[in-house]
Amino acid sequence: MNSIIFSAGARILVALLLVFSVFMLLRGHNLPGGGFIGGLIAAVGFIVYMLACGTTQAKAALRVSPEALAMVGLLIALASGFVSILFGDPFFTGQWWWVGGDSYATAVVRPNTVLVFDVGVYLVVLGSIVSLACAFEEEV
Amino acid sequence: MSWLLVFPIAIPFATAVLAYLWRNGAEGKWISLAGSIGSLIASGLLMSAVLREGVIAGQMSNWDAPFGITLVADYLSAVMVVITAITGLATAIYAMGEIEARLERLGYHALFQVLIAGVTGAFLTGDLFNLYVWFEVMLIASFGLLVLGGSKAQLDAGIKYVALNLISTLVFLSGIGLLYGLTGTLNMADLRGAVAAVENQGLVTVIAMMFMVGFGVKAAVFPLFFWLPASYHTPSFAVSAVFAGLLTKVGVYALMRMFTLVFVGDVGFTHEILIWVSVLTMVTGVLGAAAQTDFRKILSFHIISQIGYMTLGLALFTPLALMGGVFYLVHHIIVKANLFLVAGVAQKLTGDTDLNRIGGLYKSSPWLAALFIVPAFSLAGFPPLSGFWAKYLIVMASIELQAWVITFFALLVGLLTIFSMTKIWGMAFWKPHPDGIEPVPERIPAAVRIPMMIPIVGLAAMTVGIGLFPEPFVQFAEVSAAQLLSPTDYVDTVLGVRGMAP
Repeated sequence: MNSIIFSAGARILVALLLVFSVFMLLRGHNLPGGGFIGGLIAAVGFIVYMLACGTTQAKAALRVSPEALAMVGLLIALASGFVSILFGDPFFTGQWWWVGGDSYATAVVRPNTVLVFDVGVYLVVLGSIVSLACAFEEEV
Repeated sequence: MSWLLVFPIAIPFATAVLAYLWRNGAEGKWISLAGSIGSLIASGLLMSAVLREGVIAGQMSNWDAPFGITLVADYLSAVMVVITAITGLATAIYAMGEIEARLERLGYHALFQVLIAGVTGAFLTGDLFNLYVWFEVMLIASFGLLVLGGSKAQLDAGIKYVALNLISTLVFLSGIGLLYGLTGTLNMADLRGAVAAVENQGLVTVIAMMFMVGFGVKAAVFPLFFWLPASYHTPSFAVSAVFAGLLTKVGVYALMRMFTLVFVGDVGFTHEILIWVSVLTMVTGVLGAAAQTDFRKILSFHIISQIGYMTLGLALFTPLALMGGVFYLVHHIIVKANLFLVAGVAQKLTGDTDLNRIGGLYKSSPWLAALFIVPAFSLAGFPPLSGFWAKYLIVMASIELQAWVITFFALLVGLLTIFSMTKIWGMAFWKPHPDGIEPVPERIPAAVRIPMMIPIVGLAAMTVGIGLFPEPFVQFAEVSAAQLLSPTDYVDTVLGVRGMAP
């Protein structure tokens, strides 16, 4: 696609989509969103970029191969499930901590394994969708 | 305790990731091998815990059943997990010789490990929707393995395979939806009570038939088996061995689980259908094999006919029959995977799998001939090999019920199996090679030959071992059948009524 308007607009759109995908990832615990939908939105961002500037540029923008990204994501998701072994809980039991503030409710940051799992899912979805799109794009 | 249930699934997944990241070098196959050994150890630990404690259940994420995902292992699940790990290890060793670097770079080892994870997950899950997810994991991985390399025949086979399996999954998924609408739960143990409490049992029977069709396609029973012989002869031999050994058995396992645990309200109807489906599966499979002249196609049709024996064990629904069914399941995985592995070596030695174009193996490679005889005659049910006991139990069960027609067909199919095996023997081993080639073992370089022969020897030794010392295996199958027929322990353990050691 050689439209100047599209390729100029794509740059802004991609940035917006990527930021939005992170936003969706982070709000996912109690509200609609999460790793899967976030990963999809990020993948859409890269696909828009791919349509505007070609697969080579899009892959360069991703920096690592999408397949490896998906695999690392799977490993992160799997590892987050194993954290609970340290606390004597069954596999994949969410572990929550809090930093700052007096109680869980008023804490500043609440690190947890659930978010780590969601990040893994995010990477798996992003990696696999982008690699699928690349395969289609390159064959045509 | 619940961690024992997790490791047999998590290890292959982790191995898949690592094998993929190191797919370009020689590390990939060693990672795959190490992962397979790890899985075998994990499943061995699970088995010993099940032998010690009876049924084991674990609630993933600490959400109690019936709301969370439950993993559960009774005798049947545990033995299936162990046998999966054994087959996985055997094919992982075999693949070190057979699979070329080109396929490794495409991610062969990763897909293979994901397939093993999917199969293991399907055996361990106690939740119907989760079972559907494992079926999908298996389908994706097996489709990838089937078309890996991308030859025309493979793509043709892949389309048939994936289309028919998707239809089966769709029927299965619709059944899950209807069942959930009817009972409000998908936990298998919880379903047992919930399904029995449904007022309109006619609806339950309809849903049961949907499950029978869905799992029937996976298990390749008559008349839904046609995808199997259309696809199993195309991929590499390590892949077809693991497909032949494990994939259809997941369908049989799912049938066994659902039709002993959940759908037992109208046994006279559902299991009666299953009896005739089984008999027809046995007969059509073995007749189909008689018409083939390709090594792997003959074996593929024999998978179908043997599946009939296993579902027959379920369909007759007596303790002895189910015991035979469980024993058959285990014996057949070992034997069938081994036969495909032998076919791979034969192809490497003679250059083809078409029986008309090969020969001379007995004269040049007598050891391979001896190693073929063991699984082939075990498949046909010769004493003292494992297949004899498996067939003996099924036939005894049908005699016990005085079902003479079924007995007749079970024996007849055994006889026809010998016919096909002697055909392979006569054409591939006895007659001289039509092109005058002498298929001596040295035709394969030692670095390829040795890893290909190790699993064949190992699996053949297991076949002989089970045949000579069937006592512990028969006893195991007996307890397993008793657990299937009265799953109180299963239900109580999953729903947390029966306490477990922490």
